[in-house]
Order: sequence, then C-alpha cells, then structure tokens
Amino acid sequence: MSAPTFTAVGTRPIRHDGVDKVTGRANYGADLSLPGMLYGVVVRSPHTHARIVSIDTSAAAKVPGVKGIVTGKDVPLIDAKLGMGEGALDLKDLSDNALARSKALYHGHAVAAIAATSLAAAHEAAALVRVEYEILEPVLTVDRAMESGAPILHDTMTTQARPPIEQSGPTNVAGRMELRRGDIEQGFRDADVIVEHVFRTPTSHQGYIEPHACVARVNEDGRISIWTSTQGPFLVRDATAMMLGLDAANVKVTPSEIGGGFGGKIPVYLEPLAVLLARMTQRPVKMVMTRDEVFRATGPTSATKIRMKMGAKRDGTIVAASASLYYEAGAYRGSPSGAGAMCAFAPYRIPNFFIEAYDVVVNKPKVAAYRAPGSPMAALATESLIDEIATQLGLDKVEIRLKNAVQEGDLAPYGPPYGRIGFREVLEQVRNSDHWKSAVKPGVGRGLACGFWFNAGMSSSATVTLGADGSAAVVTGNPDIGGTRAAQALMVAEELGVPVERVRPSVADTDTAGYTDLTAGSRTCYATGMAVVEASRDVREQLRGRAAKIWGVPIEETRWEHGRVEPVNPSADRQPLTVAEIAAKLSKTGGPIIGRAAVNPPMAGPAFAAHICDLEVDRETGCSRVVRYTAVQDVGKAVHPSYVEGQMQGGASQGIGWALNEEYVYNASGVMENAGFLDYRMPVASDLPMIDTILVEVPTPGHPYGVRGVGEVPIVPPLAAVANAMADATGIRFTELPLSPPRVLARLLEEAPAAVGAGA
Amino acid sequence: MHTVRYEAPGTIAGALDIMASAPGAMVLAGGTDLLVQYQSGLKRPAVFLDVKRIPEMMAIVVDADGATIGAAAPAAVICADRTLQAWYPGLVEGVHLIGSTQIQGRGSIGGNLCNGSPAADSVCALIADRAVARIAGPTGTREVPVEAFMRGPGRTALAPGELLVAVRLPKPAPHTADAYQRLIPRSEMDIAVASCGVSLTFDATGTCTAARVAIGAVAPTPLLVLDAAAALVGTTVDPEALDRAAAAASAAAHPIDDRRGTAAYRRTVVGVLTKRVAALAAARAKER
Repeated sequence: MSAPTFTAVGTRPIRHDGVDKVTGRANYGADLSLPGMLYGVVVRSPHTHARIVSIDTSAAAKVPGVKGIVTGKDVPLIDAKLGMGEGALDLKDLSDNALARSKALYHGHAVAAIAATSLAAAHEAAALVRVEYEILEPVLTVDRAMESGAPILHDTMTTQARPPIEQSGPTNVAGRMELRRGDIEQGFRDADVIVEHVFRTPTSHQGYIEPHACVARVNEDGRISIWTSTQGPFLVRDATAMMLGLDAANVKVTPSEIGGGFGGKIPVYLEPLAVLLARMTQRPVKMVMTRDEVFRATGPTSATKIRMKMGAKRDGTIVAASASLYYEAGAYRGSPSGAGAMCAFAPYRIPNFFIEAYDVVVNKPKVAAYRAPGSPMAALATESLIDEIATQLGLDKVEIRLKNAVQEGDLAPYGPPYGRIGFREVLEQVRNSDHWKSAVKPGVGRGLACGFWFNAGMSSSATVTLGADGSAAVVTGNPDIGGTRAAQALMVAEELGVPVERVRPSVADTDTAGYTDLTAGSRTCYATGMAVVEASRDVREQLRGRAAKIWGVPIEETRWEHGRVEPVNPSADRQPLTVAEIAAKLSKTGGPIIGRAAVNPPMAGPAFAAHICDLEVDRETGCSRVVRYTAVQDVGKAVHPSYVEGQMQGGASQGIGWALNEEYVYNASGVMENAGFLDYRMPVASDLPMIDTILVEVPTPGHPYGVRGVGEVPIVPPLAAVANAMADATGIRFTELPLSPPRVLARLLEEAPAAVGAGA
Repeated sequence: MHTVRYEAPGTIAGALDIMASAPGAMVLAGGTDLLVQYQSGLKRPAVFLDVKRIPEMMAIVVDADGATIGAAAPAAVICADRTLQAWYPGLVEGVHLIGSTQIQGRGSIGGNLCNGSPAADSVCALIADRAVARIAGPTGTREVPVEAFMRGPGRTALAPGELLVAVRLPKPAPHTADAYQRLIPRSEMDIAVASCGVSLTFDATGTCTAARVAIGAVAPTPLLVLDAAAALVGTTVDPEALDRAAAAASAAAHPIDDRRGTAAYRRTVVGVLTKRVAALAAARAKER
C-alpha cells in the first residue's frame, strides 16, 4: 500500500465536545438528577483486615428519610467470569469487592449501603450501622504476604500458575507465570558486565479528577436504567446484570461524559449497589463517591518489587537478563504482573532471558488497570539497568538502545514476531532531536528511557447516518476519554468529503450503539476508528448506488473519486455528484442512508516510546524539578495530532508524578494517611515545563490509515527517565520510588555528604 | 439532624454579643479552612459568625508608625497593597503562598492564625516582623505577640468569647527587610514541610544590629528562634554566620514524621531555609 494522502486526517479542528466542556454544560456522572431520587452512601470498614461477625442496621433504618439498606447478604453468590480482552473479570470477587460478605479486606471496603431522601440522612444512618468485627492482622507488603505463617486473605486461594506448580494449602500468591528464552546461565557467563538491583514502586492512583458517580432506576416491569461515568457501558451492563442475577437484556447503561479514567473506571463499584437500593425502594438512587472514597476503595495500581539482572558485552550488546516481578493485587487476585513480565524486555532483542511474575494479594484496595498496566514499573527496572550498563561501559545512551532495539521480524518475548514497528525510528528521532543534542545545564541531570505497550484490538461497532443536508452523524459506544469523537469525525470527513464541522460524533447508550468493548487498551481510535472508516465506506457504496440510479447506469459505471461519485463514462447528463448533491435527493432515490460496520481486529500494532528528561536537583533539600522533557513516540498515523500530543503529554505528566512524589502513605495498621489531592501529591500545572512531543509515524499494517494506539505507552518511560536523570544529576542510582525530597536528601547526605551544603 | 445558624454582625460589639450568647459560634472570615472542616464533619459550629461585615476587621490601615491589617482582610487585598509590599515583602510573599488565587480572594491572615496550623504561611513572617495580635473580648481588648498567639495545632491564645480583630506591625526601621520561604515538594498548592521567616536590620556599616528568625512546620507551633537571631546580630551575615543560624534553627526544631515529610528531613531543611531566607533578607535590607 502506498502512503495514503489525507485531506481531513492529520488536521486539528476544535473538538466537537469542547464548548460544552469549557462552558460547564457537559454532563458528568454526578450531574444527573431524577424526580423522587434518593441519595446513596456506602458504609466502609474502618479495619484493614477483619472478619465480619454481624451487621446490625436496625438503628440506621429508624433515621427519618432512610428508605433502604443493603449488606453483603443481599447480593447473590455467583461464580462467573466475564471476558474482556485484557483479562477476565472474576464476578465473585468483583461482587465481594463491591459489598463485603464475610471479610473486610482493606480499610474502606464497603460493608453496607444506605439510600435516603437526603445525603445528610444517609450519612446520619451510616454512622448508626453497627458492625461487629473480629480484627485480623493486616498484610501490607508482598514480602509479608509471601512469608510462611503470614495471615491468609482468602482461605480457598490457590496459585494460578503457568507452568503448574505444586500447591500446598491456601496462599496469598494468586498467580505465577514465567517466560524464558535461550540459556540464561550461559548468557550471564558470556557477559562482560552484569548489573543487578531490586526496585520498588509504591501504591499509586490513577488520579482521575471526576469521582465515581452513577444513578440507577428500576421500573415496575424490571427494566433497569443506569447512568454512570465509565470506560465501558457494555461492561457495566453485563457485569451488573451477572452480579445481581439479572437479564442483561433488561439493563440499559448510558455513559456520561467522563472526567478521566486511565483504566480506573473499568470496574463497577457503585452501580450494583445503586441498582439493589433502587430495586428495594422503587425510587431512583444516586451515588457519588468522595475523593477520600476514591483513594481508599477504588483501584490504584500495584505497588511492586522487582529484582532484575542484566548482562552485556563490552560493546553494549545485551546477552542475558533475568527478573522476578512481585506485584500487589490488592484484596483480590488480578495484578498486572503478567503484563509487566511480557513488557519488561519487549523493546530489546535479548537472546537469553528468564522472567517470573507473581500476583500477590495484600490488604489494600483491589488494583484496577492504570494506563499500560504493569509496564511502567517493569520499564523502571529494565531502563535503569540499561542506563547503568551504558554508564559503566562509557556508551551513548541512545546507541546502546539502538544496538539492541527490536524491529520487524524479531520475536516478542511473549511469543509472536513483531510486524512493522517504529522503535528504531523513535530512537533515531531522539538522537536527532534538539533536546538530545543540547548541552546539559549545570545542576541538571539528563535521563533517557523507553517503553513498550501491546495495544488492543477487540470488538467495535459504528453507524454513520447521512442527512439530507449533506451532514453526517457518527454513533459509537466508546466513552470519549482522549478526543476520540473528534478523531471519529475526522475519519468520516476524510471518507465522505464532508467538512468535519458538519459531522456530529456521539457516544450512545447500550440500547442504541452496536456492541463495543470498553475504552481501554489504546483501542478506540484504532479499532472503533476502523469501524467508523468502514461504516463511512458503506455510506460511499450506497452513494454510488444512488448516483447510478440518478444516472440510470449500473453501479459498476460509477466510482468514488475526489470526494464525490464520478461516472466511469462522463457525458453531458452524467456529471460528478457531490455528497451534498446526492443527499439532497435521498428521499427520491430510496430514502435515508445509514452506513454500518462491526469489526474485531485480532491484533493491534504495538507502541514504542522514548522520553528525555532534564531534572534539576537541589542538593541541599533533595527537591527536584523537571526543567525540560521530550516525548518521542511511534503513533502510526496521528488522526488529530493535538490529541495525540495531549495523550503523550498527559502520560508523561502522570509518569513524572509517579516518579517524583505520588504514593499511598500507610500507617502501621494499613490506613492510608493521605487520601486527598493535598497530600497525594500529583503534579500541578506549574510543576512541569511544556512537554515537547515528537510524533513518529510508522503505519500499523492492516489499519486503513495505519493508526496505532497512542494513549498508554507514554506513561511507560517516565519513571525510568526521571530516575535516570536523577542518577545523572547526583551520581546515585535510586531504585525505589517516589524520588521524594526526603528520600533523595537522605541518600545525598549518606553517599555524598561533602557535596551537600556546597551551594550546588 | 445538625442545623447551623448564620450571623453577620456589623460591629465588633455585636460579634462579641453573639459569641457570649452562643458558645458554639465559630468565626467565619474567608471560610477557606472552616467551611472545609465543616463539610468534612471535623467542626460542628452552632453559629457561623461571619465577620466580613465588620469594617475594621476588613481594613488595612497604614500610619506613621506601622500597619494594622484587619483579621478578615482577604489575602489578595493584602498582596495588592503597595505599602505592605514595600515594608514587609516577606509577609506578602508568605500570604501570596496561601492556597490558590481563588483561596486568596477569601482567605485572611486572621483565619490563617486562628486555624492554628504550625505550617501557616503568613505566621513566620508576622513573627519576624514583630507583629502583635489585637484581641477583643468581653472585658476589653488586649494585645499578644504573634509568637505567643499560637499554642499548638488548632489551639490559640484566644479565650472563649474572644475575637481576633487585627494584627499590628511596626514600621520597619531603616535598613530593615524581611523574607519568607517554605519548602514543598511541588511548586504550589501544597502545605509547608518546613518554612522560615526572617527580618534583619543593619547599621550604616553593614553590620546586622537586630534579627528575628521564625520557623514553621517543625514544631507544634511556629517558633521564634532567638539563638538563630543571635548568630546573625553583630555580623555582616556572612556565610559562617548563616551556617550558625542554620544550625540554631535545626537545633530548635522538634518536628514529627508525618505524611508530608520525615522529622529528620524537616530538621535538616529548616536550617537550609534559614540560611537562604536570611541571605535574602540581608540582600534586601542592604538595598534600603
């Protein structure tokens, strides 16, 4: 396929949902109110690990205004799994997490929910729910969880292991997997230099600005409506129905605008509770989490411990690598340790490797997906070790990566050969960038790091409706997190020659949109985009049919060319017809035109990124500040470059926050002490410089435009890019995040006391 | 269910009457602390006593001997005041660090003091600038030096029924300047992990004749550190003197470990801040 030329794709129109958002009109999860609506609140465990002996709701029920109370015994016990591409959801666990049955497994675990005529009454009643707990010792780290004699969270848990292992009674190790290639011992014997470290990253949260919120209504005929802020309305429908033993055909989910998700708005938390309460009270129930609840009870990502070892020849060729990954799952199985294992060595051609990954339950909130789940922590280890090898060998940090970089045909560590990928092109752009070529300022360190993410395909649907006025509407089922509506409108504009301002993109409810998997895996612009392009081309075919009718010729005598239908054999009465001209005659040529498509691409093109970070370090206080940052990424084809850049900048910003200051601070009892944005220190705008971006466009084979998912990989390099910059600035290799001022200063005082106080 | 009354008297006497009759009344200035604490259930006032209708509590009055800042005067108004900017640049720096632009439109020095946080950004500079708190009460008015006003986290020198009306600052002597800095891991929207306010006075030869050093977020209250000041007086505020002042500040600190930083870290960096802030105050004073 020769490189396609584009007219609309690649331009930067104002997003269709922009005015609503900047003027406050857009409706988010908490914005809906219905007549007669009740307010629901959740009663949460004050203990980190405790058996629930009894729950007495009688006093709470007497509070004026209280209409309904549910506890774990109101939720049916089910044993089912719901597939969703990046890992099946265990509905028993999901349901137990939404409302604990026998044990509270973390501080903040829901134990009851109350609906009342006012929020104040609901809170008053919540304080009167008497729960008797038998307090158990909490398990707060993977080290403790894996010790023999450690308290067991789940009496029936066994290790899901590939390859199988011998099971010896209940365990906190929920899973183990391994990957290997070549002869690891021989590989290390062949190495001229070997480096090894243990890396640790803290529990950190996605930090979406909009808390979880939903409204549920149950009709007398059993029809259920849920309005919610989610990344996957079809998932909410299916998961809620299965958890509550309902027929999903009776459940309609309408997604609101979404104020950030990053993977954290995939699980259901409030929706089943709101449905239970609405069914019990026969009134609509609204539930909105506080920020405190979001931190304590919704998915952060795993805290991790990674031991990694890497060996290289004197010329920088990596010959062996081994790693053990331990990822906290939180209270239920399902950390992204397996993804971490598959990503860790994915950017490099390593002939001999061994990697094992453990999924370990601890008494913390169940982790949820977070932007390239599992990969950033693994990349911290890999990219730190490569940095250290390059430093020891005196090699250029770009050249050592180019020497080992994978390209088309190389086998991914998890099996298949790579198709057309752009990692080498990305590294070449790093080498040619102004940033990389610029001198490093005194007091500043420069770090480079790379990252990999698979990207997902999965199922998507789209319809494109042509109006008689020549405008078009495109409907999909993917909540728009990253500017996907604007991208979809550009695709329709590209295919039909309609101005993008005259294309109306919208996200529909589960009864209206064709089945579409969730907005996740960097798949929406790619897979749903394919459906949009195909639906638009379906419209084009129908337009040819109408032109053929107008001209009185067979459809073969028409062709789509130059954004219009042209006759193969032009004549005086057969002049080319524009979309608008055909649209004006729709009612006389057969009625409305609706294009439709459903796709299920089995694979997506993986994404590679490289980030350059300049970090200024105050050696007297340990404070550091990113002073320059450049993100380079293979984006396949940027449909709306501004939103591609926005994804790269957003991922970089989140990763920088994770690297520098973000962490759950727990006390000895496992209670989070910083459950708010004041003390959970995400970066604020003034903390960061403009994140520069360089878009590399290596088209993904099989996609009509070559689109590649862009949303996740930009969070993979920053942890290591910042740590490598810190190593360059201080001469100290930090292996534990965050690089907060107290941690940095302690090491500076310990390892270079003379330098401190020199006014560097 | 909890109900709360709202009162907005126009005079100090009126406010004192309400406080006398309703012991559960809480003074509402900008509300940037109180309303948040109310919403989160930490405070349950019987009455919100809004003092923003009391003219003298909103006023900034400058006279030949100094400045009087009404306890409820918004931070943004303080920061925009040319005389305060010229006389007490360090105080204005501190006030300008409180919260965000929006918070500064409401938040006040009186609220910052009465909230009783050891990390309050206006307080170290107030102490360094020799500010006194003017307190009205049922038996008349009294004055308390700001360093004695704070008594512990959330606690002040106010007795039941008393109202902080204003802070009074003396006009700076010739060759005098103040400065304030705090340490936070981010660049804004954060609470001080350690902080320092310094005021220095020099004679015509460049020798420091008077010094005040206050440190914050390293003890239950902001501290006036006499030893740090003594290390600077009689010197040109040279590097050795700065190191001695830094050591004195670190020695005076008795911080705790918490979610915002470790005790060891705070003790170290409060010395670094003292050195930097004293150097800045000296540079300013020498320009005057």
